[in-house]
Amino acid sequence: MHVPDGFLDAPTSVATGVIAAAGVGVALRRARAELDDRTAPMAGLVAAFVFAGQMINFPVGAGTSGHLLGGALAAVLVGPWTGMLCISVVLLVQGLFMADGGLTALGTNITLMGIVGVVVGYAVFRLVLVVLPRKLGSVPVAAAVGALVSVPAAATAFTLLFAIGGTADVATGKVLAAMVGWHLVIGVGEAIVTGLVISAVVASRPDLVHGARGLATRTPLVTSELAS
Amino acid sequence: MSRRRFLAVGLLVALLVAGVGSYYASSHPDGLEYVAGRTGFGDSAEDPVDTGSPFADYGTKGVDDARLSGGIAGVAGVLLTLAIGGGLFYALRRRTPEPEPQLQNHDPS
Repeated sequence: MHVPDGFLDAPTSVATGVIAAAGVGVALRRARAELDDRTAPMAGLVAAFVFAGQMINFPVGAGTSGHLLGGALAAVLVGPWTGMLCISVVLLVQGLFMADGGLTALGTNITLMGIVGVVVGYAVFRLVLVVLPRKLGSVPVAAAVGALVSVPAAATAFTLLFAIGGTADVATGKVLAAMVGWHLVIGVGEAIVTGLVISAVVASRPDLVHGARGLATRTPLVTSELAS
Repeated sequence: MSRRRFLAVGLLVALLVAGVGSYYASSHPDGLEYVAGRTGFGDSAEDPVDTGSPFADYGTKGVDDARLSGGIAGVAGVLLTLAIGGGLFYALRRRTPEPEPQLQNHDPS
């Protein structure tokens, strides 16, 4: 969902730049509480992993593809504020080094994938976790639902920006229907990848999963695994 | 699995996905590109600014073999992200972790 230069006019791009800068600014302060000697290397790995995951476009039919956005994945693994920074770093590397996503659209892309994707993905994850049984096995399921919702949410946010500052004259309803429809399908892929990756991490090192805090030590099998 | 080993395995997976797996990724336009083309705003995209990076469009300048060119760019991207992200998170981290009795009592690493 990397927005190139030119889709949105200059005022809108400046506005999303301000939103992104404010979001990253808050995240830089709040992420401190999530990061320590143990979780900082994990957060670096999560950013690198999301970069790799975003390279894998999967076909979703009719000559279209989608790829992992990674907002819900990162937020569940390392916390929402650190997750926001992970996605922002990925987008920065893609924009600067890979010519993926416009540089004037960097604020837009951070806003869509780094802020909307992470916030919606993490909020839905938390909500779903409340209604599921309090056990580790619920974490990947809740993460997958968060991931599923986060993609059409980011697509809706793009459409909103397009309605405000799109440079081409296209009816908003048409863009909204197509964006949400396709990104629901892509969201299914996002949910599968997120669920599988979180399952694998929960199975090997549940203590490194931010979203599993408070659930991890209730399982004796897990603690014996950690002690080894 | 020790934490160190976990991180090493995770990095290896990321490098393999970006360095090898990416060759097999779909080359169809992504959801946004497709919708832009279909609904009629695709042409408003401008060519990306040339930042002078040798890895533009996930290829490596001067490497003709598609598999190698994409693989090197993928590995470089993973390592750049790890370096920038890791450096940032290392700088931001709390030096003395607050005690979190629920988890860290059981964590030897």
